[in-house]
Amino acid sequence: MTRFAVGARVRARTADPDGHTRLPRYVRGHAGEVLAVRGTWPLPDLVVRGISRAEPVYAVRFGAAELWGSGTHSVTLDLWESYLEEIA
Amino acid sequence: MTGDHGELPVAARVRRLEERLIAAGLATDAELDGVLTQVFASASPSNGARMVARAWTDPGYRSRLLADGNAATAELGLPVGHYRLTVVENTPDVHNMIVCTLCSCYPTALLGPSPSWYKSFAYRSRAVREPRAVLAEFGLELPGGTEIQVWDANSETRYLVLPVPPEGAGDIDEDTLASLVTRDGLIGTAIR
Repeated sequence: MTRFAVGARVRARTADPDGHTRLPRYVRGHAGEVLAVRGTWPLPDLVVRGISRAEPVYAVRFGAAELWGSGTHSVTLDLWESYLEEIA
Repeated sequence: MTGDHGELPVAARVRRLEERLIAAGLATDAELDGVLTQVFASASPSNGARMVARAWTDPGYRSRLLADGNAATAELGLPVGHYRLTVVENTPDVHNMIVCTLCSCYPTALLGPSPSWYKSFAYRSRAVREPRAVLAEFGLELPGGTEIQVWDANSETRYLVLPVPPEGAGDIDEDTLASLVTRDGLIGTAIR
């Protein structure tokens, strides 16, 4: 089951984990749109601790103005479900 | 942006890591060299170029390539990596470019060894922030109206850019078309 549908608005979490993560700092706290579901992959934050827990990964597109305050390009990256939260 | 890895601090870091692995008895120099030789023996941008040329000449293959990059790679007998290959298509209105902001993720089997600039902090930080300026430094001046889509290979997806075919591609044979495609075109820092 996937928590977010294609087209949903989501926000990258602001949590700054102690260990490894594949949630880049430059998207934390920013809002984007789910472009695609990439299937399920083990969460890298746990893999490095020897735990394999797969969860859905989403391609999320962010606008440059949202990320940087200006610009017209977009940046798309893959984010694990626990990196994301709903926008109320 | 030099191609000489020997001058890069990362080369020294890699060497130190290799020495630690060897000292710990986890690997030998010969084993490490063997792995690298095997990886790079078949890794070449001519693989990605073949896929692009086929997509330019065969609409059915183009559809399959955009739908499932791994299956389309296997269809041409090319090495399929342990990643999800997503092919992003340039059009007259949209230009794609790829980067890995976290490290240097890249479909090596299809694009060949990545250039040192792809691994540089400058490219990794600027590609997501000011791609138009970065492309201009590569000599690629896009029209103001072209939409730029940047793809960060931060996770399990690896990307390959499908460039816009040259004029009259329909009258050119596939091998000649493949010879027109460059590594930088597959990354999106060149037009093809």
